[in-house]
Amino acid sequence: MKPFQYTRLSTEDLSLGTTLRDSTILAGGTNLVDLMKYGVEEPDSLADIGKLPYAQIEESDKGLLLGALVTNADTAYHAAVKSTYPVLNKAILAAASSQLRNRATNGGNLLQRTRCYYFYDTTMPCNKREPGTGCAAIKGFNRIHAILGTSASCIATHPSDMCVALAALEAKVHVLRKGETIVIPFDQLHRLPGDQPEKDHNLEPGDLITHIQLPAEGFSEHFEYLKIRDRESYAFALVSVAACLKVSQGKIADIRVALGGVAHKPWKLKEVEKDFFGKEASTENFQSLAEQLIQGAQGFGTNDFKISLVKGAIVRALNNALNPS
Amino acid sequence: MLNIGNKQKRVDGPQKVTGKATYAADIASPFYHAYVLQSTIACGSITAIDTSAAEAFEGVKGIFTHKNLPERLKNKVDYTDPLSPPGKPFRPFYNDKILYNGQPIALVVAQTFEQARYASKLIKVTYEEKKFKGSLSDNLKNASADRAPEPASNRGDFKKAFKNSDYTIIREYRQSRNYHNPMEPHATSVEYKSDGSLVVYDKIQGVASSLKYLNGVFGLGADRVQVKSDFVGGAFGSGLRPQYQLFMATLAALELKHNVQMVMTRAQMFSFGYRPEVIHTMKLGCSKDGILKALSHKTVGETSTFEDFNETIVDWSGLLYKCDNVNLEYELTPVQSYTPLDMRAPGGVSGVYALECAIDELAHEAGIDPLEFRRKNYVDYDQNEDKPFTSKELMACYARCEEVFGWKNRKDLSKTEPHLLKGYGMATGSWEALQQPASVSLSMNEEGTFTIKCATADIGTGTYTVMSQIAADKLGVSIEKIKFMLGDTAFPDSPIEGGSWTVSSVGSAVASVCEKFKYRIADIWKRNNPDYQAVAFEDISFQKGKLEYGSKTFAFTEIMQQASKEELSIAHSESPAAGQNTHSGYAHCCVMVEVTVDKDLGIIKVPRLVNVSAAGKIINPKTAENQLLGSMVWGLGMALREEGMVDTRYGRVMNANFAEYHIAVNADIHDIHTEFVEEKDDKVNPLGAKGVGELGIVGLAAAISNAIFDATGKRLRKLPMLLDDVLEA
Repeated sequence: MKPFQYTRLSTEDLSLGTTLRDSTILAGGTNLVDLMKYGVEEPDSLADIGKLPYAQIEESDKGLLLGALVTNADTAYHAAVKSTYPVLNKAILAAASSQLRNRATNGGNLLQRTRCYYFYDTTMPCNKREPGTGCAAIKGFNRIHAILGTSASCIATHPSDMCVALAALEAKVHVLRKGETIVIPFDQLHRLPGDQPEKDHNLEPGDLITHIQLPAEGFSEHFEYLKIRDRESYAFALVSVAACLKVSQGKIADIRVALGGVAHKPWKLKEVEKDFFGKEASTENFQSLAEQLIQGAQGFGTNDFKISLVKGAIVRALNNALNPS
Repeated sequence: MLNIGNKQKRVDGPQKVTGKATYAADIASPFYHAYVLQSTIACGSITAIDTSAAEAFEGVKGIFTHKNLPERLKNKVDYTDPLSPPGKPFRPFYNDKILYNGQPIALVVAQTFEQARYASKLIKVTYEEKKFKGSLSDNLKNASADRAPEPASNRGDFKKAFKNSDYTIIREYRQSRNYHNPMEPHATSVEYKSDGSLVVYDKIQGVASSLKYLNGVFGLGADRVQVKSDFVGGAFGSGLRPQYQLFMATLAALELKHNVQMVMTRAQMFSFGYRPEVIHTMKLGCSKDGILKALSHKTVGETSTFEDFNETIVDWSGLLYKCDNVNLEYELTPVQSYTPLDMRAPGGVSGVYALECAIDELAHEAGIDPLEFRRKNYVDYDQNEDKPFTSKELMACYARCEEVFGWKNRKDLSKTEPHLLKGYGMATGSWEALQQPASVSLSMNEEGTFTIKCATADIGTGTYTVMSQIAADKLGVSIEKIKFMLGDTAFPDSPIEGGSWTVSSVGSAVASVCEKFKYRIADIWKRNNPDYQAVAFEDISFQKGKLEYGSKTFAFTEIMQQASKEELSIAHSESPAAGQNTHSGYAHCCVMVEVTVDKDLGIIKVPRLVNVSAAGKIINPKTAENQLLGSMVWGLGMALREEGMVDTRYGRVMNANFAEYHIAVNADIHDIHTEFVEEKDDKVNPLGAKGVGELGIVGLAAAISNAIFDATGKRLRKLPMLLDDVLEA
């Protein structure tokens, strides 16, 4: 691990306008410290935000405000999350291990980096880690890689489970930028790789995620988070589906489907969802939605199976959401 | 008083759960810490290596590369260890050649681990790369039987019998590479003494192997080095041969004249041996009524370019079922990788996987229940060696497993959800019951406590406990009176701990030395009590630390007062039982599994595993069950999870960590049931005990594969079997 400066920030530091620009932000450290040990991240300076006042969950009429420093575990088990946003509870608990969830924060979860084998191995070419070196995954081991929104320079996926549920819920992200709070819709936080795969998200240097705003509607009646992985715990999703439904007299009143493990960001298409408003909540319609949602999906060899798998998973998740066990 | 056969708790349990058990990296001396820089190419040579920036880094005490390897390590140096396969063993820093990706090319020694690790990154290396064959599939055409040992002799006329069979199958089965991944990473701590001698704490399955290596490489005889290994946190074969951290820590300690410790990282645990990838071709034929007529098993396995690692794989197919026409072939092909290494049930687990899948396929072709098919082809002697078995209660295993599992009525066992397919499968498992020569010493102190020493190891298997049980029973004292000590080159010789032979070998030696003690103490008693001089040994008994004759008792401690210390220090060397020559010794088991397969999503789950084993006398049912559970969990991992992913373009393991190399986790494991059937064996060794460290993993992957077929109608002829294999089959 490369030697680095370490600063623990206080609220005064922020109000004094101490810039975060030149530091790498450290929260729970469950991903960053790992990456530093591997030499993937070699920050000169770490700014530990652990003492900043973003460690509460606040309830309001507009929904729930999740502090960026609340741990994943505390979020999942929060009474309002369990009762109003059970899809979020289920997604968080499907992730990692209890040890990691006890340490990992909400803000950090949003900004965790891909688990691409080649990204993690500093001896390998990787455009995300070292722009311009090429992508070893496209013709290598890509069983865990993306099938949607890929580019010639990167086929990595975003590994979060929590983010898939947040995408389905259409959460908003509060960001402190130059002393002002700006609000970013969840689908605009993460990016597709394009020709700048080194950028995972649309935040600017110095930005600080402070909260995640959940909307009032939590889909507590009809929801599912279905995670398909290589073992029953402690494995990233090959494919995951966050499905939320509102049903009125057998018809779809609202439908949200977000996919994990298939793209550089949680995959969700509002225009496809809207097409199904008012239609019957049936397996046939779910199949049709699945087809439209993954239109243009492309495999790279060992991940070809994801195309049919994700269709099956979407239909299963929606049917489970319709009839929660 | 009887301990043998009791579920004795581990005598070292309290030490382990309170952190007092000292593993190789737990030694508290002030150490320099060593970290290895590994090659980033698989084949070629180092053209330049610049260590200047690393040398200048804070805390760095020394750097070793091929540029400064001491001359004395180059000439007439023997780098072999007792288990070296044919070929030339890997010699760290010997020259500029790169033999595999991840090869240690520099060692940085620093005040702290972190300093050493970071300084290693400051070393600049340039290479000249060469083309290479990165995998078994890439290099099949260079597969050769010349590099492999000859399998058991062919018998009968396979070709003719295969042609005349009513039902035949020809199938190929593939297994991917597996890594050992013991919980404790490999580590060596070397204490450098003022007289230049060393005490080496090594992670090893037999301290004699480390000593042999240190003597061969560094010329350190037993007079200058003591190797110790009190506790080993799992090894599964990865500690059968000394690994490179032993070389590194010793080299640095000798050169820097200081204590040095090297602990491998988890990623580095993927930079040496592994269970090799193999491809099996099976050809089987049977008659209309399911009698096996012809069997051919050919296996091609990977090895390194510098050693010919081999396993006994195909012989298992000549052993398990009655068959008169058998053809066995074994070939090796080199790949640009480190040499493979024995892993739990080496060879057996691979050979029996292919055989038990093929048997299931043939039974299906013949329309016969797989259990019935196996009974029809039962054999009660070793056809490879033409010898009887010491004992074989496999039929009892079949019967008991059938009953416990509910095999007969399995199809209407339980309801399932609509999208779940349920399936049932079984397999036979077997492992050798060998006995090796072993030596022990025994002494008793004034308090009547016995110290028994042997250079064997406890790799988590329960050696401390089981040896204490045997000694307590044989001596007629409580288990608290036994102090069993192991893992020290100062102790009497032991075979390496492996091959499931420790109870058989060391346990028999312990039993005998205790017997010798009883004769000795009886002699002393008679010598000092003229009244009893004519008493026959058979008329004396030994209980509760006392010699009993008639109604009189004499405490061992009392008798000891009339003897010299030397008289009560007894050594014994045990040779294998005669039955080891005249008979073939094997343990056997039957395993049955239930699987569910999600027909849309391909997800495979294993709700139930049942293993019934016949392994002679079970000394400690608790540790024995423990071993079976562990090996069955691993069998499930092998079947459904584990795959060392080598990117053949780079010859590099791409999932060298616990996040992406998937071992089975708790959530993957549901009901596991194990039982032992009674098996009397008076030939295998004096204890009548067979080892169970390896038995449970043998056959399990096949049983799961067979159950998946039962559920889905799909044969997934590869390991691991993943959900995409189900979807794409």
